[in-house]
Amino acid sequence: MTSTTVIVGAGQAGGDLASALRQLGYTGRIILIGEEPVVPYRRPPLSKAFLSGEVSEEALYIKTREAYAKHGIELRTGLRVQAIDRVAHTVTLSDGSRLAYDKLALTTGGRARRLDLPGADKSNVHYVRTIDDIRRLREQFKPGKRLAIIGGGYIGLEVAAVGIKKGVQVTLVEALPRLLARVTGPELSQYYEQVHRRHGVDIRLGTGVSALEGGSQVEAVVLQDGSRVPADLVIVGIGLIPNTELAEKAGLACDNGIVVDLFAQTQDPDIVAAGDCTNHDNGFCGRRLRLESVPNASEQARVAAASICGQRVPHASVPWFWSDQYNLKLQMAGLSQGHDCVVIRGSMAADSFVAFYLREGVVIAADSVNRAADFMMGKKMVAGRLRTDPAALADETVTLKSLVA
Amino acid sequence: MAQVTYVDLKDDRRYTVDVEGGATLMQAAVDNLVPRVMGDCGGACACGTCHVYVDAAWVDRVGLPSGSEAELLSGLLETQPNSRLACQIAMNEGLHGLVLRLPDPQL
Repeated sequence: MTSTTVIVGAGQAGGDLASALRQLGYTGRIILIGEEPVVPYRRPPLSKAFLSGEVSEEALYIKTREAYAKHGIELRTGLRVQAIDRVAHTVTLSDGSRLAYDKLALTTGGRARRLDLPGADKSNVHYVRTIDDIRRLREQFKPGKRLAIIGGGYIGLEVAAVGIKKGVQVTLVEALPRLLARVTGPELSQYYEQVHRRHGVDIRLGTGVSALEGGSQVEAVVLQDGSRVPADLVIVGIGLIPNTELAEKAGLACDNGIVVDLFAQTQDPDIVAAGDCTNHDNGFCGRRLRLESVPNASEQARVAAASICGQRVPHASVPWFWSDQYNLKLQMAGLSQGHDCVVIRGSMAADSFVAFYLREGVVIAADSVNRAADFMMGKKMVAGRLRTDPAALADETVTLKSLVA
Repeated sequence: MAQVTYVDLKDDRRYTVDVEGGATLMQAAVDNLVPRVMGDCGGACACGTCHVYVDAAWVDRVGLPSGSEAELLSGLLETQPNSRLACQIAMNEGLHGLVLRLPDPQL
């Protein structure tokens, strides 16, 4: 009898998992179920080129619908999985039907964390997670409008950059004392703060939001420091909540994500999980993590597919991220938390540099701006746990290649 | 519809696929489950996981890498003078028959 794999969640991880199964020679049925009506798509451009209108919706699609059919991947969109029966090996769908599985993959992703304040459900308060979110937002995202962004992470900053380019008046509010606090060190935070101020973003740091004022629409955001930011629209970018409810209801261990091992395996031998929804073991980092990133979703999807095919491929890649703002291409490799030394190579003033983070002489992370070549070298240094002289990293007469080789 | 052949350097397997005009050669590979072309950044010229070697006979027609692509390529270890990122090559009828070779992607 043919084996069936059901994949719950048709985002980056789900789509890539389905493809990886076929690439590994899996000949069973593959059923990929997605809640959104569209084929799996790339989310990173939502806060960049799709918001600005530079790319079409079709350009976001990871593959065309025909490509799934061609490779025998049954894509069922506009459907939710309501429950998993682990004993019977079935899932129940939102249309009431049931599907039997031999292997189940949970790639349920996450949802935008909602602002917990009265008025947050008004029609000019926006989030950035889905194509629908952006379609709604774009109607109000017009030159001259006053935009209040809540949250100074990647989403908030990328949206701010697009807004400035479009002639929107942007105020950005961040509760912590610096931007990008969760993902980078103070040097990069200060650099990005100065970049955004230079482009005309009004940045308010170290103050949360206490209220949203207005009638049928939000008219102003009131900050905890007592100031008031008048706004025609509000965009909230305050993080992601992993979609773990389905796994929890099925009795799978969840702790800020569905708990999986190095092989993307949950405690149930017939269920794997991959992507933003997982709290996973990473062999490179040597600890458990939950990452919100496309490269992690793709890599872990390949690991999960291998597990389904009975191959043991550990998930041990170096985490990496990227963000485009204005003409700045930020690429980050490794996790900088716990560093004891920062070395800057290049020039922040010239918008071309790398920040290397070291711990006890070992390169643990590198953040590069407009230095793609140095980024690739930095990533290799991080992967190889390179121990090197900080002075050499800063010295542009010494090539990074010579340090890696 | 024009055709492109991808050759996996690991085992010399050939994948010949139809590509619509305007589609990138990363997208065409991903659509057809060609191994080794990951395109993890979705074509943002940020990851280097769609590195290909252009067949010598085609180098002139495909052209040379642009600024940010050349920059990223210079950070990869196994580059050759005919290295390109497939996400930065858009298909056109003039490329019918093109052959690309696929090195090990650097993740």
